[in-house]
Amino acid sequence: MIIEALLAVAILGGFAVLLVPDRYAGKLAFGASLGPLAGSLWMLWEFDGDGNLLFDAGARAFESDLSGTTILPVGPYDVQWIAALDGISLPLVVLSTVLTTLAIVSAWTPIDERQSQFYGLVLFMEAALIGVFAALDFFVWFVFWEGVLVPMVLLIGIWGGPRRKYAAIKFFVYTNVASLVMFVGFVLLLVGLGDAVTSFSLPEVTQAIHDDQLTSLYGLSPEELATVAFFAMFAGFAVKVPIVPVHTWLPDAHVEAPTPVSVLLAGVLLKMGTYALLRFNFTMLPEVAAANAELIAAIAVISIIYGAMLALAQRDLKRIVAYSSVSSMGYVILGLVAYTVYGVGGATFQMLSHGLISGLLFMTVGVIYNATHTRMVGDMSGLADRMPIATWVFVAGAFAYMGLPLMSGFAAELFVFLGAFGAEGLQYSPIFTAAGMFGIVIVAGYLLAAMQRSIFGPFYLETDYEIGRAPFHDVAPLFVLLGLIVVLGVAPEVVFDMVEGATEPIVENANGGGV
Amino acid sequence: MALDTLGGEDWLVHLAPVLVLLATAMALFLADAIDPDTSNHPAVAGITLLGVLGALGAAVARLLGVGPDIGASLFAGQLVADHAAVLFTVIVTSVTALVVVGSYDYLEDVAHKGAFYSLTLLAATGMVLMAHANSLATVFVALELASLPSYALVAFLKHDRGSVEAGLKYFLIGALSSAIFVYGVSLVYAATGSLLLPEVAAAITEGVDQTGVLGLGVLTMVAGFGFKVASVPFHFWAPEAYEGAPASISGFVSSASKAAGFAIAFRVFTTGFPLEAMQDAGIDWVMVFGVLAVLTMLLGNLAAAVQDNVKRMLAYSSIAHAGYVLIALAALDVGGTYNELVLAGGMLHLFVYGFMNTGAFLFVALAEHWDVGRTFEDYAGLGREAPVACGAVTVMVFSLAGLPVGGGFWSKFMLFAGAVGNGVWWFAAIGGLASAVSLFYYWRLVRALWIDEPTDGGHDIDSTPVALYGAIVVAALVTVVLLGAIGPASEVAHDAAAGLLG
Repeated sequence: MIIEALLAVAILGGFAVLLVPDRYAGKLAFGASLGPLAGSLWMLWEFDGDGNLLFDAGARAFESDLSGTTILPVGPYDVQWIAALDGISLPLVVLSTVLTTLAIVSAWTPIDERQSQFYGLVLFMEAALIGVFAALDFFVWFVFWEGVLVPMVLLIGIWGGPRRKYAAIKFFVYTNVASLVMFVGFVLLLVGLGDAVTSFSLPEVTQAIHDDQLTSLYGLSPEELATVAFFAMFAGFAVKVPIVPVHTWLPDAHVEAPTPVSVLLAGVLLKMGTYALLRFNFTMLPEVAAANAELIAAIAVISIIYGAMLALAQRDLKRIVAYSSVSSMGYVILGLVAYTVYGVGGATFQMLSHGLISGLLFMTVGVIYNATHTRMVGDMSGLADRMPIATWVFVAGAFAYMGLPLMSGFAAELFVFLGAFGAEGLQYSPIFTAAGMFGIVIVAGYLLAAMQRSIFGPFYLETDYEIGRAPFHDVAPLFVLLGLIVVLGVAPEVVFDMVEGATEPIVENANGGGV
Repeated sequence: MALDTLGGEDWLVHLAPVLVLLATAMALFLADAIDPDTSNHPAVAGITLLGVLGALGAAVARLLGVGPDIGASLFAGQLVADHAAVLFTVIVTSVTALVVVGSYDYLEDVAHKGAFYSLTLLAATGMVLMAHANSLATVFVALELASLPSYALVAFLKHDRGSVEAGLKYFLIGALSSAIFVYGVSLVYAATGSLLLPEVAAAITEGVDQTGVLGLGVLTMVAGFGFKVASVPFHFWAPEAYEGAPASISGFVSSASKAAGFAIAFRVFTTGFPLEAMQDAGIDWVMVFGVLAVLTMLLGNLAAAVQDNVKRMLAYSSIAHAGYVLIALAALDVGGTYNELVLAGGMLHLFVYGFMNTGAFLFVALAEHWDVGRTFEDYAGLGREAPVACGAVTVMVFSLAGLPVGGGFWSKFMLFAGAVGNGVWWFAAIGGLASAVSLFYYWRLVRALWIDEPTDGGHDIDSTPVALYGAIVVAALVTVVLLGAIGPASEVAHDAAAGLLG
């Protein structure tokens, strides 16, 4: 019942926060978010599962008696409530709850109007995020998937910056069209499976596909059908990730969104895309992925390099961090397509690591903005002089991004490169890996350049704001995140063992039994 | 009359919802005769609400298994009380309850309150009877009983030119469509020799000599239904009528009246004109409904997308939704495995739609109460001043669009899944496309409420109409709850569809 309880606490908390006056909303939301946080940490502590949800019914951790309840019969199929976690989804649930709580705390300073609505929407979104990672029935999963979108679009549209209307509608249109394309792709698979499945449960669908139950449909052979479905779903998820060239909604959404929303957007929402790619495309249809491995790897490398180059060209700190996400998500795709234990496991680890690091950087930029009211690199210089703590944390976060050893970014990128370099299914894998590694050089370039100009040197501030002390509740989340980044960097096995247990079956299956 | 002609001694139980509504309407007439000025508005509204909730409660109790098993033929087969009848009774009475509550504040300064309530109840009685009607004669009588009070209700603001014009237009077109419909009935009678639906079906299955007469009759009846449910190309009266009518009545007519229209369309076509026999006779009504469904979905949504007036946008959106429900008939197939699913999806959509659409129109009623204005620009920034009502309407319009924030997602999904399953995937494709278009204009409302800045310094909101607020919030809550608890409702819809398909 623990998963259901987490969802219930977040949803009821959201309603409660909507009803209280603005001045209590932030504190109450923080209190309400502690429930899911504590619950998810408890699950992390208790977790002793092994295996992948989609392959092995025994791998379903924290599944309750409610699981299997039919919500809606649809002809011969049943829409069921199935919620469980494994070594891939549990860390992502923890990431969601941690970042939600920290984002709520970091919102206390910048959000000063319509607060109860703001925090209510954040809690609703938290519930939907937990649901996305826990639901195992396609339609229930889809409900949560879209359920994340609606609060997000309002959060950007209502509390965003000057161009918020444009950013919100762009985000709305991009992600909705993507959802539609992905939906059609999955329904094609379902129709192709015909009588082989009796529910929309993802494990059952996966099993049926792996048992070669796909039939010809509309003049397409089973292989062609799988390819069409694969690319429809890939395109749909690619928007969410985002992958070049469908990334253009991201900088707009990030720049206009208020800081706490950016934290959640970069930290968790992008991971929905990579998580879905892993669960759907790379787990269900490994043959198609392997057959198109070079193409996908090329897309990944282009995302890495092009995203980094875009970041290099920016002058707005927030845009820099936003574009660097495009680059980092490219590593995830590269790791996935490698189909090695380190590749797929490293990709999952990178999702967590990037969630923490980009969350940290967005929060730091937010703290700097609260004090200086500018984010332009050229408008400030020598901030280290006046804001030592915030800038120090920014430097630490930037180094984590660049892959400084003993921080989580290093472990994640190392795993991905190790996994991708020796990938047997991927031709020219050393070249792809080397090209991807070059991305780190560019990352180091733009982050160092930005830091050198804005943080070091003589103090100067274009906007002439008096910089005071940042309140404790602005700074505390930064240290929590930094601590987590270091813990994952020093002892990646804390999470990686768990991740490995769930990703190994995917690799085994894709490589026909061997690892 | 002997008891067995009535349908056995349980006929009172089977018809309880109809009788409660009728008795309440009569009681209101009596009250209105004693107190023509309605000096005690709360009492009159209370009696009305009690009657409607009584009927709703009776219908729900039947579904929960109280009384004899559902499914009885009454009055020598003129009426039938099966699952479909009970389900549509629930739909009509729940919409009526929302409208009665929502109209309370709206009627504060309007004369003849008693007449308003009794007309509403009479219309509701007619609509519930439509759901029970099992012969073309009772179908027609029930249809008229529902329509005549509706005309008067649309024109109820008799000092408002728009309302009177809408009422006149609605009346003239309605009378014309009734005439067309009854002409179709006469042709069908001429061809089959009966008005009772089962006998009509039997005659058609045995083979009809004058297939041309029968075909023309069926076609004119389709046109008659088209008018009643506001399907393109018989929709042109609807935007004016919905826009001119008092907003709560717009909700009533566009939800309850539409649902009742579909109740008879579903019953007449599935039980009276069996698909296989009709296709053998060369009369393919499925194809006709297919054309109507596609036209209605496309034109309804595109027309809604270009409106600047919120009420008119909702009027066109209501036309578009008739298009989705028409898939329920258009996707039927002889021996199709998904017939039951798609028909149940249509009924379920009408059920969920009853809440979300009525709620949305009641929100317009609220805006009219505050004199906010009519266009999207006038609504700008309302979310700051009335967050609860705006939050509720946000949920309802997103659910209308088919986003999974409300039950509208599941019912649309059932319709589309049924269409795909029966091999007519293009209905699902067009429906999906139309839903994407609809997201655009629903989003305009959401954007206006929450994101846009008010044009001239905000609104002058000085009152909180509790009843209207309550109705809107209840409608939104039911819409949301149906996202998680759609199961029981879909079971009833499946039973109803299975009953009709035999």
